[in-house]
Amino acid sequence: MIYRENGQFKTSYKTDQQIFPIFQDRWTILALIAFAFVGVPMLADEYLFKAILIPFLILSLAALGVNLLVGYCGQITLGAGAFMAIGAYAAYNFAIRVDGMPLIAALLLGGCTSALVGIVFGVPSLRVRGLYLAIATLAAQFFWDWAFLRIKWFTNHSPSGSVSISNLDVFGWRISTPVDKYLLCLVILVVFALLAKNMVRGAIGRQWMAIRDMDVAAEVIGIRPMYAKLSAFAVSSFFVGVAGALWGFVHLGSWEPAAFSIDRSFQLLFMVIIGGLGSIMGSFFGAAFIIVLPIFLNQFLPWLGSLVGLSISVATVSHFEFMIFGALIVFFLIVEPHGLARLWSTGKEKLRLWPFPH
Amino acid sequence: MKLRNFALAASLAAIGLSSALTAHAQAKEQFFPVLVYRTGAYGPNGTPWANGYVDYLKLVNARGGINGVKISFEECEFGYATDRGVECYERLKGKHGGGTVFQPLSTGVTFALTEKAAVDKIPLITAGYGRSESQNGAVFNWNFPLLGTYWVGADVAIQHIAKKEGGLDNLKGKKIALVYHDSPYGKEPIALLEERARMHGFNLQLLPVAHPGVEQKATWLQIRQNRPDYVLLWGWGVMNSTSIKEAQATGYPREKMYGIWWAGAEPDVKDVGEGAKGYNALTLQHGAEPNSKVVKDVLALLHGKGQGTGPKEEVGQVLYMRGLISAMLGVEGVAKAQERYGKGKVMTGEQVRWGLENLDLDQKKLDGMGFAGVMRPVQTSCLDHMGSSWVRVHTWDGGKWNFSSDWYQADEKVIRPMVMLTSGKYAEEKKITPRTPEQCKQ
Repeated sequence: MIYRENGQFKTSYKTDQQIFPIFQDRWTILALIAFAFVGVPMLADEYLFKAILIPFLILSLAALGVNLLVGYCGQITLGAGAFMAIGAYAAYNFAIRVDGMPLIAALLLGGCTSALVGIVFGVPSLRVRGLYLAIATLAAQFFWDWAFLRIKWFTNHSPSGSVSISNLDVFGWRISTPVDKYLLCLVILVVFALLAKNMVRGAIGRQWMAIRDMDVAAEVIGIRPMYAKLSAFAVSSFFVGVAGALWGFVHLGSWEPAAFSIDRSFQLLFMVIIGGLGSIMGSFFGAAFIIVLPIFLNQFLPWLGSLVGLSISVATVSHFEFMIFGALIVFFLIVEPHGLARLWSTGKEKLRLWPFPH
Repeated sequence: MKLRNFALAASLAAIGLSSALTAHAQAKEQFFPVLVYRTGAYGPNGTPWANGYVDYLKLVNARGGINGVKISFEECEFGYATDRGVECYERLKGKHGGGTVFQPLSTGVTFALTEKAAVDKIPLITAGYGRSESQNGAVFNWNFPLLGTYWVGADVAIQHIAKKEGGLDNLKGKKIALVYHDSPYGKEPIALLEERARMHGFNLQLLPVAHPGVEQKATWLQIRQNRPDYVLLWGWGVMNSTSIKEAQATGYPREKMYGIWWAGAEPDVKDVGEGAKGYNALTLQHGAEPNSKVVKDVLALLHGKGQGTGPKEEVGQVLYMRGLISAMLGVEGVAKAQERYGKGKVMTGEQVRWGLENLDLDQKKLDGMGFAGVMRPVQTSCLDHMGSSWVRVHTWDGGKWNFSSDWYQADEKVIRPMVMLTSGKYAEEKKITPRTPEQCKQ
């Protein structure tokens, strides 16, 4: 009843081609963004910012990048963690080796470096596909893990191999409090999400999807696979690289290669699969699911236990956390194999008919 | 229908979360947040440490608190994962009137928290681990690597080996291999060992082992080929027992192996049993202390009344003692702070920092608390946040750990310049102005 597009006539191409053609969608999203900018900083406390919201925003950005490659272009990657690491270490090196390097420039240069490396490691995708490609990208993961551990130049010869960065500021805005950090990540995420959304609606995104659905057919209708695949690798690595730089600079402050291990790559891939392949919204759902759920379970279970008068040890909670988390992943994959994003669109479908379903 | 259930479950869960997050205010209790890892790859080693830590806090309460102030504590499990450790820190730091002191037992988490702790004004005790250069309190105001650092451990290892060889001059041309966990933890001693190698002309081989350390065939093949005169082991958890088993398989004499204290506890050697006989480890102060008075107190006051944490047999083991002594150092910091800021009051993080900086545990006081024979005096100052560099070597005889050397002290002449250099570099990078001795007096 509320969510129904009856009567919203499109009288020009412009209105027909906007991102959210339905009036209600447009305003919901705008309200959500406004709430994220104004409401959340007023409501959330420091713990929520530092432990949940900031990691969620940054990993959403990374998941978005992975989704462009895996979900839209159909090229499976297991090297997302490595590209985060490249973004972080490149940005770190730009920041400390170039005097007066502005933060935003360092982040973007980190992303660009990651994009270049992404193109190089995307080359095998021209020859191999599917699981074989996944193995090829795994090589990127191991190679860069090794490089950042062994090649001292990357870590500025720090004796322990751990690097750190501080005193962040953007055009005179000192990024020190959790709210500052949150807003910085949010601005970057909104800009990048808008970019991604427009890209997948445009020519390049259509090329990616054509390649994903059937590359031979795409080639026949005049899409160059090399260009489409490598551009997907570049754009995806750029997004992931910027997310990695943010992860290091804003979230961790000091990091070691273990922060971008193979686990991180898997985590990002799972986010995309659970959230929904080929859906911008899905990246956010996936990130929320993977980041927030374990922390939530970890705090919810002892509380639940205390309700019935049980005191559960932290070790037991942590075991339960793994079990329930695993069970939920299986549950969602069975109930909704197309990811949480599909659940979202099913919800919208139902809302259109409500309250008179047929 | 399905969707409605889902929405219902989600909102129920949200209500649960919000009430779980609400901290219950408790007055007049000194809150000790406890970061632990009882699960994961390093759980077998993290558990005794956590039990010892919690047992000491309980013991203080059983003895009547810190000048009457009772201790409250809460554990948070992070499984040795740095990001979860930081999440735990954020979760606990503001609870129950604010965390007193954090002790993460993870070098990675220490690195991540070093800057956060300074902002939140909560001291960070890293008893026997953490950043080696953080002993310079002028730069690292909030870090306390009490009882020694990895550089202290590595330095004494070289001293001990030199003693066996009949003097530091005899080290020339010798081959010493460092088998290390490939993480900031394992890399810490390299700088010092390289310095020592340069001074005495021995040949240092670096052999990294990837986390978690169960795959070491290639490493030990290299050892078999190169036959180093000594092997230093900087491992943790399952990596240690794997190393010792590999040494056994390769036929490398265990007598020539020296582990840091993270590689010198019961879980590391127990499974290997007889095969680990002769294996040595550096103890930063204490080893296994089943006969000390404090252990007897724990057994009588806690385990005797069924309030102990963990199994009874564990009390007095190496890692248990490490946890217990770590907790003791935190509690003594609070006690010292109370001397200045008012006895019987709850201390803030900033006040505890003063207490830790002016810690003065002489032998009489330690003996009085039941640490006779376990520890030597610890004395900190504003510029020296380490407080002691006493080290002994202990050896596994197939059934238990026995001390096999006298007390050593790390060579200040070697370590101090390195500390000043590295911490100076850190201060420059972070734009920190080191405190002057005058500022220290405040």
